[in-house]
Amino acid sequence: MSAVLTIDDLSVELGPKHARREVVRGVSLELTAGKIQGLAGESGSGKTVTAMAVLGLLPQSAEATGSVKLGDQELIGLGQRELNRIRGMRVAMIFQDPSASLHPQITIGSQLTDHVRHHMKLKRKEARERAVELLTRVRVPDPEHALRRYPHQFSGGQRQRIAIAMALACDPEVLLADEPTTALDVTVQAGILHLLRDLVQERDLAVLLVTHDLGVMSSIADDVAVMRHGQIVESGTRQQMFTAPQHPYTRELLEAMPDAQESDVL
Amino acid sequence: MSELLQVDDLVVRYGHLTAVDGVSMTIRPGEVLALVGESGCGKSSTARAIVGMDRPADGTVRFRGDEIPTLGLRRRRPEFTAVQMVFQDPNSSLNPRKRVGEQILDGVRAARARGLESDEPGAWLEAVGLQADMVSRYPHQFSGGQRQRVAIARALAAKPDLIVADEPISALDASSQASVAGMMRQLCLEAGAGMLFISHDLSVVRLMADRVMVMYRGAVVESGPTSLVWGDPVHPYTRALLAAIPHPDGKGVLPEAPTADAPEEWASRVEEALNRQIAA
Repeated sequence: MSAVLTIDDLSVELGPKHARREVVRGVSLELTAGKIQGLAGESGSGKTVTAMAVLGLLPQSAEATGSVKLGDQELIGLGQRELNRIRGMRVAMIFQDPSASLHPQITIGSQLTDHVRHHMKLKRKEARERAVELLTRVRVPDPEHALRRYPHQFSGGQRQRIAIAMALACDPEVLLADEPTTALDVTVQAGILHLLRDLVQERDLAVLLVTHDLGVMSSIADDVAVMRHGQIVESGTRQQMFTAPQHPYTRELLEAMPDAQESDVL
Repeated sequence: MSELLQVDDLVVRYGHLTAVDGVSMTIRPGEVLALVGESGCGKSSTARAIVGMDRPADGTVRFRGDEIPTLGLRRRRPEFTAVQMVFQDPNSSLNPRKRVGEQILDGVRAARARGLESDEPGAWLEAVGLQADMVSRYPHQFSGGQRQRVAIARALAAKPDLIVADEPISALDASSQASVAGMMRQLCLEAGAGMLFISHDLSVVRLMADRVMVMYRGAVVESGPTSLVWGDPVHPYTRALLAAIPHPDGKGVLPEAPTADAPEEWASRVEEALNRQIAA
């Protein structure tokens, strides 16, 4: 299988001139269609910056070097105009806080239809049909009615479903998901994980899943890379990583999971 | 009577919203009781009412038999400094403009005012896994995880008989959550204190709580010894909650997702799920 998105020796420097820090150091990853590549690590390990660098969503002071290729196209060094043609169209992103992808004062319907009309040049009526279809697909109840409502009128889980609908509106090839279930209740999280898994299979999406939650990682990722201090310390298939971790840091992370520990009280 | 904390039919309302609807519980010395449930179920409101930050609309909260007064502007009577709280966000328990050593010393003074011995601030920092010479630092000079350890040290320095901890570990990195939870249990037991540990993370609760209460929409739906509730949940909500936890076993099994957003049966009252006992 050929890679849809190839990250090769990516490094990112951040910060003011006198205190530049390399927060991503030589990261290489390949995303394949129909597969979920997990990127694990603790806060500050550089996993979010890696995802952001793919779409050029870094602060102005940041400098990314190395290569990020979408098919044959190099994304590093592209101007904002070219990047805008890729963002949302071919590579979409969802975040921990779905409100980050939704405008609080615009109805869900307008946001979804504006989005598809802008990117896909659909007519008003077609755009509306597309919006209903998308909301149905992510299992938002009563989509027709939902279109007239505002983000705050939905629960956190429903908001994340809507953000996913928005991300998938233009049939992207790649989905970057940064801690998409971290802010959700565990029963709601389970529903979103099922949805993601189904969407990946039916649309042949290539997904980069950034999460610190090894339980989530284990249930949904096909391959896993572990980051620490800006570098990937270990990567492999899900099964390898969880059952036969090689790097001491991976082992440390797994041993620290409550599941791995004997209870004091039981 | 050995109950440290006795809560009877606690009701908390915010305007028309009933956040807590008739919750009762007891905590004994040296016992960790976990209160679990999802966001908005009323677990934090319960904690706030217990320590006196919110006034109960109905019901009573007694600490060693005396009703806990609602917090006001005035300093709390010394005997009630034996109840200490740890919050999810350490910034809400620490003063950004005071060195952490002085803040821990406030706790030490509270203990001394009740005629108890308490260690020096440096020793408390060591007890929570930090270094004694960090006493002269300000909160912003610590990482988020370290700051939470400082907040825990400050609470423990007051030599509490009862600790109310509201999501004390959810702001920490995953790799230190279990160890900090274990440390809290250890320090609590060593001091013979009781703890109400509030969390949405059931895997951590399993590690450290003697008993567990599961809350849903303001009411307790299931309660009993942790091993019993964990191993053999009776209430449909508890079952859904436990089934939804993803396990880091590398098997690629998706956790069970509820069929509906909030099935009605989750709010049902199941008598045999309440106050469960291990059969002798």
